[in-house]
Amino acid sequence: MKPLIIAATALALTAGLAQAETIRMGTEGAYAPYNFIDDATGEVTGFEIELGNELCARAELDCTWVRNDWDSIIPNLVSSNYDTIMAGMNINEERKAVIQFTQPYTPAMPSAYAALAADVDVEGGIIAAQTSTIQASHIAETGATLLEYPTPDQTVAAVRNGEADAVFADRDFLAPIVEESGGELVWVDGFDKVTLGEGIGMGLRQSDNELKDTFDAVITEMKEDGSLNELIIKWFGDDALTFE
Amino acid sequence: MFSYCTDPSLLEGSAWLSCYLTSGTHLLFYGSFGTVLLLLAITAPVALLFGFGGAMASRSRIWPVRMFGKLYTSMVRGIPDILFFLFVPIALDQGFEWMRAKALCATDAPIRQGNDFVVCAAAKLPLSSSPPWVHDTYGIFLAVIAFSVVFGAFAANVLYGAMRAVPRAQLETAEAYGMSPRQVTRRVLIPQMWTYALPGLSNLWMILIKATPLLFLLGVEDIVYWARELGGSKTSAFSYPHPDWRLYYFLGILVFYLLMTFVSERVLGRVARRLSRGQAMMGAGGIA
Repeated sequence: MKPLIIAATALALTAGLAQAETIRMGTEGAYAPYNFIDDATGEVTGFEIELGNELCARAELDCTWVRNDWDSIIPNLVSSNYDTIMAGMNINEERKAVIQFTQPYTPAMPSAYAALAADVDVEGGIIAAQTSTIQASHIAETGATLLEYPTPDQTVAAVRNGEADAVFADRDFLAPIVEESGGELVWVDGFDKVTLGEGIGMGLRQSDNELKDTFDAVITEMKEDGSLNELIIKWFGDDALTFE
Repeated sequence: MFSYCTDPSLLEGSAWLSCYLTSGTHLLFYGSFGTVLLLLAITAPVALLFGFGGAMASRSRIWPVRMFGKLYTSMVRGIPDILFFLFVPIALDQGFEWMRAKALCATDAPIRQGNDFVVCAAAKLPLSSSPPWVHDTYGIFLAVIAFSVVFGAFAANVLYGAMRAVPRAQLETAEAYGMSPRQVTRRVLIPQMWTYALPGLSNLWMILIKATPLLFLLGVEDIVYWARELGGSKTSAFSYPHPDWRLYYFLGILVFYLLMTFVSERVLGRVARRLSRGQAMMGAGGIA
């Protein structure tokens, strides 16, 4: 009983302070450069963190970031443990059945296959992807054998140690890894730019229409004044797809 | 942490390593050892208490209490831990929020809206505006309850068996001295049962130590989460790029777990020797 009593007291003490509304923003923190943990400070950083902070500043909201495992990121949103998801989550029909999205804040980003050799058979081999991503559902449709991993980092490690023939993920996530592998990892010929999904959007609860309208408005504002494109170029390089 | 760490890309050798090992994420990693130890320190006594309650209930003379005790021990032991950990904290959390919503929310908006579980801002637990440590503490609090319920059920069964193992003659002698049933339990049964309970309880303790990675299911970042996160290969987007070093991190954790086991064995061995002092039972000195 004692912890309950302590908790009840703590609740009673804090209950009066809940006036200013705080938006809790959920993210994964394991998908550089979209969202990752800055190893020097231990805080989350990345394209989506910078964008999210800017959106909150423009909408005059008080926002804090919450890290959550990818597997349970949607269940924890619908049970109100946080209010938004910005975790490189592509908008698709399957997810729209459970949550709603703002308009996309990136164009439909290309996905890509990376492997140890450029001539890997990506439609018949063993391909690694992160669980419940659009890439994983795409592989399931191609006839290749899908190997699912809980974190994006493990998908790359699976190719390096030979468990999988190739990894399929967002091109922007794989690009720095391929570049810095010193020739160990290469793009698969003809499969280095596969367009999937409708772009990445912010996930919200279906009942949270007010918050969706707020964020939609500021995303439109950032698209119009060009600051969103600047942010995309800052994090994904000059060749990145931008909004017109 | 050190003054020369401002630009790690210029560093090499031991200077780089000293900065790397004291980076923000590493400090969180070291902190997570504390989280695990804290969880063990709180959960073990609470689970023992649950177990004691369960064992006493199973022995009760009152039928409903006895049924409750039996149901608790047999049901919880039969459910896979992972299901239990996914279910109990979420159910508890939503249960608390539902009660608070009934008491604190002025609106009549339904709490269940399609897939969504929505309560008004004042009923959130913890409040959205609370600092992160409150959220973390709340997560650990839910974890302690979940762990205690599961391990309490196992402990209840161990204690129940231990109580039955105390020689009947001891209890009869106490009764012959005119002690009431309650006095017999308090003065003879409980002090003597520990020797029989200890081997089973020490087993449970070892299993509890190794069960802590389940914490991550509850959003509490434990040592295994950090080892996986820190060991994964890092590109130059990070301050300290490095290849896949998970092996070293997992070896580090292995040493930690082995050390925990070693220390526990020593301590439990000592406790066993202490408890069996003066008790006429077979092989009492050799337990654990």
